[in-house]
Amino acid sequence: MLRYTINRVLLAIPTLIGVAVLVFFLLRIVPGDIVEVKLRGDGGSVSQETIEMERKRLGLDRPLYVQFGEWMVGMATLDFGKSMWTERPVLEEIAIRLELSLQVAIMATLIAVFIAIPLGTMAALFRDSWIDYTMRLVTIGGLSIPSFWFGMLIMLSLLALFNWLPPITFTPIYIDPIANLKQLIWPALAVGYRYCAVVARMIRSSLLEVLNEDYIRTARAKGVYEKLVISRHALRNALLPAITVIGLEFTFLIGGLVVTEQVFNLNGIGQLFVQSISRNDFTLIQGMVMLIAAFYVFVNLAIDLLYAVFDPRIRYGT
Amino acid sequence: MEALTATRPQPAAASGALLEVEDLHVHFETSHGVVRAVEGLSFEIGRGEVVAIVGESGSGKSVTALAIMRLLPRLTGRTRGRVTFDGKQLLDLDDESMRELRGRDISMIFQEPMTSLNPLLTIGLQITEPLTIHLGMSDAQARARACELLSLVGIPDPESRLDQYPHQFSGGMRQRVMIAIGLACNPKLIIADEPTTALDVTIQAQILELMKDLSRRLNIALIVITHNLGVVARYADRVIVMYAARMVEQGEAEAVFHRPRHPYSMGLLRSVPRLDRPRGSRLETIEGLVPNLANAPPGCRFAPRCPFRIEICAQEPSLFLTDTGALSRCHRHAEIAENKIAWAAADAGTLAVAAEHGAPLLSVKNLTKHFPVRGKLAKKGAVVRAVEDVSFSIYPGETLGLVGESGCGKTTVGRLILRLEQPTAGEIAFEGTNLLTATAGEMQTIRRKIQVIFQDPYSSLNPRMTVRQIIGEPLHVYKLAPTRKAADERVGQLLSQVGLRPELGERYPHQLSGGQRQRVGIARALAMEPSFIVCDEAVSALDVSIQGQIINLLEDLQRRLGLAYLFIAHDLAVVRHISMRVVVMYFGRVMEVADRDTIYREPLHPYTKVLLDAAPVPDPTVEKARAPRLIKGELPSHMAPPTGCVFNTRCPIASQECRETIPPLEEKRPGHYAACIKI
Repeated sequence: MLRYTINRVLLAIPTLIGVAVLVFFLLRIVPGDIVEVKLRGDGGSVSQETIEMERKRLGLDRPLYVQFGEWMVGMATLDFGKSMWTERPVLEEIAIRLELSLQVAIMATLIAVFIAIPLGTMAALFRDSWIDYTMRLVTIGGLSIPSFWFGMLIMLSLLALFNWLPPITFTPIYIDPIANLKQLIWPALAVGYRYCAVVARMIRSSLLEVLNEDYIRTARAKGVYEKLVISRHALRNALLPAITVIGLEFTFLIGGLVVTEQVFNLNGIGQLFVQSISRNDFTLIQGMVMLIAAFYVFVNLAIDLLYAVFDPRIRYGT
Repeated sequence: MEALTATRPQPAAASGALLEVEDLHVHFETSHGVVRAVEGLSFEIGRGEVVAIVGESGSGKSVTALAIMRLLPRLTGRTRGRVTFDGKQLLDLDDESMRELRGRDISMIFQEPMTSLNPLLTIGLQITEPLTIHLGMSDAQARARACELLSLVGIPDPESRLDQYPHQFSGGMRQRVMIAIGLACNPKLIIADEPTTALDVTIQAQILELMKDLSRRLNIALIVITHNLGVVARYADRVIVMYAARMVEQGEAEAVFHRPRHPYSMGLLRSVPRLDRPRGSRLETIEGLVPNLANAPPGCRFAPRCPFRIEICAQEPSLFLTDTGALSRCHRHAEIAENKIAWAAADAGTLAVAAEHGAPLLSVKNLTKHFPVRGKLAKKGAVVRAVEDVSFSIYPGETLGLVGESGCGKTTVGRLILRLEQPTAGEIAFEGTNLLTATAGEMQTIRRKIQVIFQDPYSSLNPRMTVRQIIGEPLHVYKLAPTRKAADERVGQLLSQVGLRPELGERYPHQLSGGQRQRVGIARALAMEPSFIVCDEAVSALDVSIQGQIINLLEDLQRRLGLAYLFIAHDLAVVRHISMRVVVMYFGRVMEVADRDTIYREPLHPYTKVLLDAAPVPDPTVEKARAPRLIKGELPSHMAPPTGCVFNTRCPIASQECRETIPPLEEKRPGHYAACIKI
C-alpha cells in the first residue's frame, strides 16, 4: 500500500511537468502580452520604447527557453515568481483566495454528502413511491438550475424576507466563525444544491443496482435485520461509485465557481483566474493552472486510496 | 386409479411433515402481463428427508424456493396458497417473525458462489452474522462456532481464513462457505438452489458428498433444486419434476428414474447423454419449446411437445396416483404403466467414427501460451502458463473433443487457433499453411474457413441487429453473395439448414429462446462456408432437452457438409456423445488422448479416471451403490504451479518421482497417448 502511494506520488511529477510545458507555451502562442494590456489597455498611447522597456523589466524579452527554465527552477524551490500585474508573489496572491475557495468547496461538499446519502438511500428504498418522485423532482431541479441563478434567488429572498444581505468582506473562520459563516454559507448552499443532486442520484441508482445483487438476497436469507441489510451490506457497496463523483465535483469547485463568486461578490480563485487571464498575467495564470492541476492529481490519488480502504479486492489485489 | 384433488397430495405422510406446501401460486406482474410462474404446487417434506425439484429453466423451481422463503420481489411478486413449516403458516407471518425464521430454521444456499457473498465483508463476519442475530452469541462465541463450521465443511486453517475476503477464495471454497452459513444455526431445513451448477465436476462431487453427509448426520431436511439429473440421482429420496409452472410428476427417486409415468419425465431422462450406457447414434430429444408463461395454452402444458397427445389432453389433467406410488399429471399414465406407449427410438443414422487417413486439416504442435501477470504484488516477469506444449491434429470431417475443468486452458487453445490470442511458442497449421507466418492475404482466406460458436448465445449476438442482418453480415463483408437478393436467399437457406423458420429472420436476439439463439450462432458460422468450427462450450448454457437438439443439428451438419469440429466442453457425457477422439487437459497440459470409446472404457491417466468417477450418473441405483473415490483438494494456483507432473498435488498414485519429472505425452497403446510415468 505504501509503495503504491509513493509510486503514485512520483508519477504525479511527470504529469505536472507536462502540464507546465503545455500551459507555458500555449500562453505564449496567444497574441498580445501583459505590457500591451497594462500600458495601452485604456486606449492611452504609449511609445514603443516605453513598452520595450517594460518588457525588458519583466523579463519578457528573453528567449522562451530561458523564461521557461527559470520558471521551472523556481517552482522546484516553491517559488512561483511574482504576478506581472500586482508585482506581489504569485503564491501570496493565490493563498488569500484559496482559503476562501477551499472553505466554500469543503462546506458545499459536506452539505451535499450529508443530504445526498439519506436522500438517495430513501429514494432507492421507496422506489416509485412519492418519496422517490419528490427526490427525483428536487434533484432534477438541482441539475437544471444554474448555481449562480440559485445564488441570486437566495440573495433576493434574504433581502425580501429579512431585509438583510450577507457581509461582503471575508473574515477567516479562525478569527470570527460567525461572521465567516454568515458570508460563506450562502454560496456553499447555492453550489451544494447541484452537487447534492448529482451525488443523490448516483447513490440512488447504484443502491438500486446493489439491492438486486445476489449477496443482498443471501443476507436476507440469513435473517439479517432489514436495517442491517441496508447499512452494512448494501450501502457500503453503493457508496463506492459515489466516491468518484464526490471527488470530481470537489476539484471542480476549487476553480470553477467563476459566476457564483461574482454573484456573492467573493474574492475567490475563480475570480482571480478570470482577472489574470484578461490581464495576460502570465506568471499568475501559470501558477494557478499548476495549483489546480496538482489539486486534481492529489484528489484523484485520495479517491483511489479511499477505494482501497473500502474495498478489500483493491487492497489485496485480485 | 382415483383422481386426487390438488390440495391433498400425499395422504400417507401428512402427519409428520416438516414443510407442507399446499396449492402454491406465484404470479409476477410484468409489462407483458401476468406471468404465472408457479401454479397449484403441493408437496411435503419430512424431517431429515432429501427431496429434489427438477425442471428446465422457467419451470418455476427457483421461484418456489424463494416463495417459501418469502424472498420474492415485493412489488411484482404475488404469492397465494398455504406454506406450513413446523406448524407455522409462513405466508401469514409478519415480516419480523419471518425474518427470525430465515437463517435459523430454514436456510438457503444459492447457485452462484461468486456473487452470493458480499465482497466488502470478511468471511468471518458473514458466517457469524446469523449466529449473533439469531442465537445472541457474543462475538467470541460466534467466532469459535464459525471456526468449527469451516472445519466441518472442509476448509483448512479456519482461524486465519475467517479474516479473509470472498475474493481470496476459489469458487468451490466459496460454496463451502455458503454451506457453512446455511448450517450455522442448525436449521431444520436447507433449500439449495443449484448448489453445484457453477462448479467443476471434481469439486461438484466433493460438495455433493459433503451436503449429503451433513444432512444425514445432522438430520437436516434438504430441498435440492437442479436441472442436472445426475445430481438428483446422487442425492434424493424423492423427486418432484416440474414443467411450465406445474408439478408433472412426484415420487420416490428410484420409481421416477426407472419407471417414469409422465411423458415429460420419460423424455427428459432419455435426452441426457449418459456415461453409463453405450453411446447411441443420435441423442433423443423433446421437440419444441417450453411455453411462454404469460399466455400459456389451456389443458396439459406439455401437450404441444408430447408425442402421445390425444383429444383429452386439451383438458387440464389433475394429479393421478400411479402404480409406482408416484403422482403423475398425465391422462394416459395408466397406459404408460402398461407399457402401451413409449417414446420411439431416434432414427439410427450411421455411427460416426474417427477417420484418420489423409493429411490432417488442422495440426497444432507444441502450442504454448503464457500470460504476463499484472498486479501490484506480482514479481516482474511472472507468467501464468495457460497452455503448455499442447499438440494434436484434427482430420477433415472429424470431431475432436477437448475436455477439462475450468482454468485448464481449453478455451485458450480455442482462442489461439482462432488467432484471437498470439501464441508464445508452437505452431498451428491449417491445410498445410502455418497460421503464425501466413501473409495477410492467406490469412483472409483461412479466416473464412475457421469459424466459431460461442457458449453464450445471448451475449455473442448483437442485440441491435435482426437475425437476418446477423447471418447476412459475413456475406457482405466477404462478398460471398453477388447481389442483395442472392444474399437474402442464402440467409433463408442457412435458416432452414439450422431448423429455423424463415420468418424468424426479422426478429431480434432477445425475442428468441436460448436454443434458437444458438441456432442463429451456428447459421452465422455456416454462412462463411467453413471447413472447421471451434465450438466453445456451445451447448453448456442450454437446457437438457434443447441441448440434445443442438448436438443432433451439429452432427447432421457435419455429415452433410463434411465439417470438422473442435468441441470444447466440461461435460464429459456430452463430449463422449459428439466426439470421435478426445483430448483431456489439466492445468494447461494434455493428460490423455485417445479415441472416444477407448478413453471412456479404459482410461489410462489417473486424472481421466478421477474425472470420469466424479461425474454423477442419472441413475439412483447406480449412484447409491457406488462409493465415489473422491479427488482431494483444489486446482493448484497458477501463481505457484506444482513442480514435475502438474497433477501430482491431487493424484492418488503420485510419488516423489512425479514431483521431479514432467511426464512426456507418450503412446502407451496404439493410438492411445497419456502423460504419466506410472503407466
